[in-house]
Amino acid sequence: MMSAQSYDKQNPAFYALLVALVVMAVGPIFMMLTTSLKLNVDIMSDSSSLLFMPTIRNYETALCDFLWYEAAHVDYCDKTFGRALVNSLIISLVSTVITLVIGCMAAYALVRFRFMGRDTVSLSTLAMRMVPPAVLLVPVFGIWTFQFQIDGTRAGIILVYVAMNLPFVIWILQSFIIQVPIQLEEAARMDGAGPFQVFFLVVLPLIKPGLAAAAIFTFRVAWNEFLLANALADRNSRTVPVTIVNSMTEFDIDWGVIMATGMLLAIPPIIFTFVASRQIITGMTAGAVKG
Amino acid sequence: MQTANVNRLTPYMFMAPAVIVMAVALLYPIGYMIYASFLDWNPSQRIGEAEFVGLRNYINLLGDASFRESFWVTLKFAAVVVTLEMCLGVGLALLLDRNIRGMSLLRTLFILPMMIAPIVVGLMWRYMYHPTVGIFNQTLKGLGFEPIPWLSDGDWAFASVVIADVWQWTPFIFILSLAALQSLPRSAMEAARIDGATGWQQIIYIKLPLMMPVLIVTALLRLIDAFKVLEVILVLTNGGPGLSTEILSLRISRTASEFRELGEAAAMSNYLLILLLILTFGMFLYNKAIEARAARLRRAAQEET
Repeated sequence: MMSAQSYDKQNPAFYALLVALVVMAVGPIFMMLTTSLKLNVDIMSDSSSLLFMPTIRNYETALCDFLWYEAAHVDYCDKTFGRALVNSLIISLVSTVITLVIGCMAAYALVRFRFMGRDTVSLSTLAMRMVPPAVLLVPVFGIWTFQFQIDGTRAGIILVYVAMNLPFVIWILQSFIIQVPIQLEEAARMDGAGPFQVFFLVVLPLIKPGLAAAAIFTFRVAWNEFLLANALADRNSRTVPVTIVNSMTEFDIDWGVIMATGMLLAIPPIIFTFVASRQIITGMTAGAVKG
Repeated sequence: MQTANVNRLTPYMFMAPAVIVMAVALLYPIGYMIYASFLDWNPSQRIGEAEFVGLRNYINLLGDASFRESFWVTLKFAAVVVTLEMCLGVGLALLLDRNIRGMSLLRTLFILPMMIAPIVVGLMWRYMYHPTVGIFNQTLKGLGFEPIPWLSDGDWAFASVVIADVWQWTPFIFILSLAALQSLPRSAMEAARIDGATGWQQIIYIKLPLMMPVLIVTALLRLIDAFKVLEVILVLTNGGPGLSTEILSLRISRTASEFRELGEAAAMSNYLLILLLILTFGMFLYNKAIEARAARLRRAAQEET
């Protein structure tokens, strides 16, 4: 299909502009990658060129407790980052799964059982989206510490993330569920399926693209979030963004290692982008363009 | 009888988990914050031990010059960033709305900045703004210019923060406007072409007005998000130098964690929330007004024919 499509001819200036845009969009990321592969001597030398010996030392330093061999240059293994990586993975994955399951059920109920108008949901989603995480900081800290006493646990952080993501996920998913033909569900019900069976066996498989979009967005928020994680986490439940900020002091930043950790934090979202850019764009435009 | 009961309860069973989670972890905290804003409360106290001070936090904040400065910086940041990004994003979308090879790859690359953690974005830009090893100053030096104090001078720091945000979020506008452009009715454009409209005329009289509803929603979404930006600024400047880049979100987090004034931070959060509410509501009303006007025009046009 792609090959059959003919493309318009454009003038060279147009392609020059395209190249410039791509360089601008990807340049900073590329720079982070190259810096993470440099030794500090190379970083600090005046001639910042692309000519340097790439090294994975910075990654070895960051991930030292996962290495199966002894890296010669690591005298003291700081396990902070490795632990944070595990925490980040657990927290993001668990909160994504929970958000999707709960959100999906709610979206389905909203569409099929005509609870509230679509307008009400859209409006409340917008209202929830309006709340900056910084606004949640004080109350969540207070409640989690003094009332629920789940501060410093992964469960506590997961709970905030699930709540934060739910409005958006419900909103996105209901726009997909609306498109599922009701006749399919009625046919399944005729064949004797209960409401839960209809939902899990008929509806869920049909809205996979929507689920993918919602999953990526939820995962991204949980994986990237800093502020609330910083307020809630203790030494053992810190996530990667928190450790990165903690290791940045005013002076004397170990750029090589910190760029390596930044790169490791950036890799999952980058992979998602390349694997599922279509779903991401769908998710992004679903709200604004379809209304 | 039994099945009828189950059926009647089903919607509630489907809704219950989401409602409970949101009530416990979203609505309750917001209510709690509103209550906390009337207290003199520090993090080592339980909320019950905090002293009730009425509106004192709010009044103190209004008299606090640095809070007012923060408020102003926040508004300025949001306005500048949204304006720049709308112009650039919509402009690029109009420019790149062509049938070219590799468009989907281009879009994929453009999404990258948005997907990466804001912390990492801050990190990358802080490195690039670095006074000696950063690429900007090295390039300037290579070309024989004076280095620029990107992050250490107030005005430059504000500009630097804006540039980083524009880099990260222009693609959002671009992608939404491109989607809007591509969903425009072909017939309108064809009619304009047949009537001999030039490229510019097509853009100004056909494309932009037709895109307007989407553009307004896009601007609103971006505006809301502009008030949430925190991590990038935290990593880049931590609000400094002075208060030049200290947006409200950052000030809230610092008031809570460094100055340990939870009541004041809560009052500040409330101000921010009120500001956002006013903005959102204003945009919403504006949107409704536009829609109503369009509907009226359509009806008028129909009656004429």
